[in-house]
Amino acid sequence: MIGFENVRKEYPGGTVAVEDFTLEIPSHRSVVLVGSSGSGKTTLMRMINRMVDPTAGRVLIDGEDVAHLDPVQLRRSIGYVMQASGLLPHRTVLDNITTVPVLRGTSRRDARTRAAELLELVGLDQQVATRYPAQLSGGQQQRVGVARALAADPDILLMDEPFGAVDPIVRADLQQELLRLQRELRKTIVFVTHDIDEAFLVGDRVVLLRPGGIIAQQGAPREILARPADDFVSRFVGADRGTRTLHLEEVDGRRVVVDADGRATGVLDHDRTAGEHMT
Amino acid sequence: MNWLQSNLDQIVAYTGAHLAQSLPPILIAFLLALPFAKLANAAGWLRTGITTASGLMYAIPSLPLFVLLPGMLGTGFRSPVNIILALTLYGLALMVPSASDAFRSVDRDVLSSATAQGYAPAARFWAVELPLAGPVLLAGLRVVAVSTVSLVTVGGVLGVPSLGMLFVDGFRRGIPVQILTGVVLTAVLALMLDALLVLAGRMLMPWTRRGAPRRSRGRERTGAAA
Repeated sequence: MIGFENVRKEYPGGTVAVEDFTLEIPSHRSVVLVGSSGSGKTTLMRMINRMVDPTAGRVLIDGEDVAHLDPVQLRRSIGYVMQASGLLPHRTVLDNITTVPVLRGTSRRDARTRAAELLELVGLDQQVATRYPAQLSGGQQQRVGVARALAADPDILLMDEPFGAVDPIVRADLQQELLRLQRELRKTIVFVTHDIDEAFLVGDRVVLLRPGGIIAQQGAPREILARPADDFVSRFVGADRGTRTLHLEEVDGRRVVVDADGRATGVLDHDRTAGEHMT
Repeated sequence: MNWLQSNLDQIVAYTGAHLAQSLPPILIAFLLALPFAKLANAAGWLRTGITTASGLMYAIPSLPLFVLLPGMLGTGFRSPVNIILALTLYGLALMVPSASDAFRSVDRDVLSSATAQGYAPAARFWAVELPLAGPVLLAGLRVVAVSTVSLVTVGGVLGVPSLGMLFVDGFRRGIPVQILTGVVLTAVLALMLDALLVLAGRMLMPWTRRGAPRRSRGRERTGAAA
């Protein structure tokens, strides 16, 4: 479990990135921090692996204050994926994936065996192992980024807009892949994005932030959609856009789901009950 | 051609002396430039100060410096130490701004990602920052190497043995072959050193010599099918 207790981040010069943030992130769940730029979402995430130290308050991992942990050791125990993949351009894919295990003292041979498994896990051909990151497509680079983050088998995975730099089709692919991985691996994932659709897709829980790291609303995606706390949340989730407000129309005896602009988006499935859908 | 044959020993000795005066300043300037460049990049005002100082240093004419240094150092007038020290200063003047650019050319995201992976600061410098600054560092080093080899010849005017002696002596005695030999050998030495550096760069930085980014096989197959 990851805990934020009254965390504040103020930069020299008086800019306040995070005012007073408290949150508990349960283990083995994926939590998405979503907000516009200036919401402090990346700052908050980086406090978990001490890339940023809070000005006040505490960040706890399984009850232990991270301020008391050695930052280098801490970072080696937490997977990290960032936007432009952040792969080391002068190392081959294989060397990129084995970096953290080797830093942690795993033998090179074991690390390589594990890297081969990871390539398969993230859906990459073994042939990419000897290539340099610049020789891969953006989507492939992100997959390597995920494999690298998983290499030391961390309990926690931090993902900072990991799919922000790839085209929409590849992004959709990667999102599905992440969902599949998470079903298998059950990591504690902290995911940062400004894209509410992505947040609703990958998050078990979604934390919607206003500027300054103030929580506008948190909960399961369906709860937020069902009961937006205020106008800010409504606007952010797009409840005021036509695409989120759906109604039913009867066409030839079947019920068709139509959005506010009159576009048909699907057909209602009579066989599935609401109860089933909730699980 | 006769002159060449009868002076071969002398030419070889001068070439050796030339190298002995070129290599130390190139190496020392390169190694010293790294900490200076890191320092310069630490703060804006430091960077302005250090790059300006470097520029001014290069503006000092070489001959007076060669003449002044023995007095300041207490070395002999014809000692190669003067040349080596003066050329180290010139080398620094070229290399520090270049190294400063080199470190600034390294992608911040890659560095912060390396930190996030758990690289300790020193390990991050040696394993990530320095190699990634490599291509720009190499470009600077090549300029320093060629410039140093050519500047060593100025010592010839003062009688410090080097290939420069060949054209100083050749002028005095009116032997065109001697002048030409000095000029050509200096150029050949500079080019050989440059070629060695390029070769070393390719060996040390294999990721820079792979051509344009290739697509994956999967992608190619999809592309062909489409």
